[in-house]
Amino acid sequence: MNIVVCVKYVPDAQSDRTFSDDHTTDRTNVDGLLSELDEYAVEEALKLVEAGEGEVTVLTVGPEVAVEAVKKALKMGAHKGVHVCDDAIHGSDAGATSLVLAKAVEKIGKPDLVLTGLASTDGTMSVVPAMLAERLGLPQVTQVSELSVADGSVKGRRDTDIASETVEASLPALVGVTDQINEPRYPSLKGIMAAKKKPVETWSLSDLGLDAAQVGFEGSWTKVVDVTQRPAREKGEVQPDEGDGGTKLVEFLNKSKLV
Amino acid sequence: MAEVLVLVDHTDGAVKKTSAELLTIARRIGTPSAVFIGSQVEAARPRLAQFGAEKVYVIDNADVADYLVAPLAEALEAVVKQAGDVAAILVPTSGTNKEAAARLAVKLESGLITDAQDVQAGDDGIVVTQTAFAGGYTLQGVVTQGTPIITVKPNTTPPQASQAGAQVVPVELTVSDTAKGAKITEVQEKKKSGRPELTEAAIVVSGGRGTGGDFSPVEGFADALGAAVGASRAAVDAGWYPHSNQVGQTGKQVSPQLYVACGISGAIQHRAGMQTSKTIVAVNKDEEAPIFELVDFGIVGDLFNVLPQATEAVKQAKS
Repeated sequence: MNIVVCVKYVPDAQSDRTFSDDHTTDRTNVDGLLSELDEYAVEEALKLVEAGEGEVTVLTVGPEVAVEAVKKALKMGAHKGVHVCDDAIHGSDAGATSLVLAKAVEKIGKPDLVLTGLASTDGTMSVVPAMLAERLGLPQVTQVSELSVADGSVKGRRDTDIASETVEASLPALVGVTDQINEPRYPSLKGIMAAKKKPVETWSLSDLGLDAAQVGFEGSWTKVVDVTQRPAREKGEVQPDEGDGGTKLVEFLNKSKLV
Repeated sequence: MAEVLVLVDHTDGAVKKTSAELLTIARRIGTPSAVFIGSQVEAARPRLAQFGAEKVYVIDNADVADYLVAPLAEALEAVVKQAGDVAAILVPTSGTNKEAAARLAVKLESGLITDAQDVQAGDDGIVVTQTAFAGGYTLQGVVTQGTPIITVKPNTTPPQASQAGAQVVPVELTVSDTAKGAKITEVQEKKKSGRPELTEAAIVVSGGRGTGGDFSPVEGFADALGAAVGASRAAVDAGWYPHSNQVGQTGKQVSPQLYVACGISGAIQHRAGMQTSKTIVAVNKDEEAPIFELVDFGIVGDLFNVLPQATEAVKQAKS
């Protein structure tokens, strides 16, 4: 089974994330890494291939530095990488990004599975997997916390607020996984060494048959018009519990008309 | 005025508060029309009329419930085509709704903005306010192509009644074979807690690592306040509380009037889910816990002492 895992290079949530002057997420002047939620997709792909056969290709779209996300996945055990990198892509919204991903998946070949995480940890929209499924015309089995693949079909467990659903589809399919599905591995020393020899292809827009006007600011259907940093919350009163902490807490709630 | 379509969130025709909120928002930018998927539209009509729905488009097609997401997107597309002049499509933010909105955006070649905190009519079109980076930034965005598709967070706008006709308009839907690719073969309904829904609740009381797995003081305080119960990722990962109650980046994002964090350190992952709450209160043994940087009021103490006492105090105040 051949799997393409879509991953994103994001600014580290532990660092001071910020926006560039053009209102895009600053991904170059901030410490970055493979989006934590994508590690679960990489892990699931590796497990599926290890249980049978096939290859895991890691796909990312982003600036030069984004190749680091691909490299991390290769260290975990993925077989090869594809990095779509083109200045014209800068400023793409979710819709335009999904277009680039769709074209890249088509160029990679016909994978049995396209795997994604739940959401990126910077944009947090959680819509690119559905857009990708729509564009590729693939069955969408997303937000699953359990997955099995057998006899040409895929079965997943999707939890909503009110129910736990079993979703089934035939391959090829697009599968999105949550952070409940597995425990991503740490790259082993062997994996880190092996990754150095693994191929990573870099593709431009023209390699995908896309025009600059279809992506970036021009090809996006939304625009951020203003970005403001919210003032930090003002720290209120913090008191030690001297046996009457609960009472004091409720006094505060009463005073604030919250009870 | 052009129509603003509002996807109705309901359980067997019982309309949720978010729908009233979205109809209220819709009136700022056009004439609200509700979109009702299901068979119990008569049960829903009075509430939809009360909050200003001029029309109620109804799609009653079992395929929408039987297959994942894609048919819902086709249902919305069918309504847009029938309605004609649509100013915007408003959808309550949820996992499934966001994905349906995403597919609809591709179908209609229209811009999608998710997780709106506010939606207003601007001089050059609809302006959507969101937060980013764990609530650290406020963004304003616009849709530059097609019909704006906006998913709106619950609890962002107080619902205001405004009686309208709620005229029922049936919409025919034939779900394509492609959209029937992922079948829902089994549904296990979850046990109802009897508490308010996490994302809709006015008060949320959450527990974390500091509970040591015993959520009873957290639940006790929540019940005294009529609150929903949340949990940190640490508590969920430890198996102490269901994932559907997780507050944070990989769980629910809540913005209640009051958020009470109990035994939660306040890592960035958690803050991303609750930082926009109006008032934040914390109880934690560790005075160095980062959660105290955010609070309007905090108690450094053991939640097993503080919460039961607070629960009693609330009960007395109410009686």
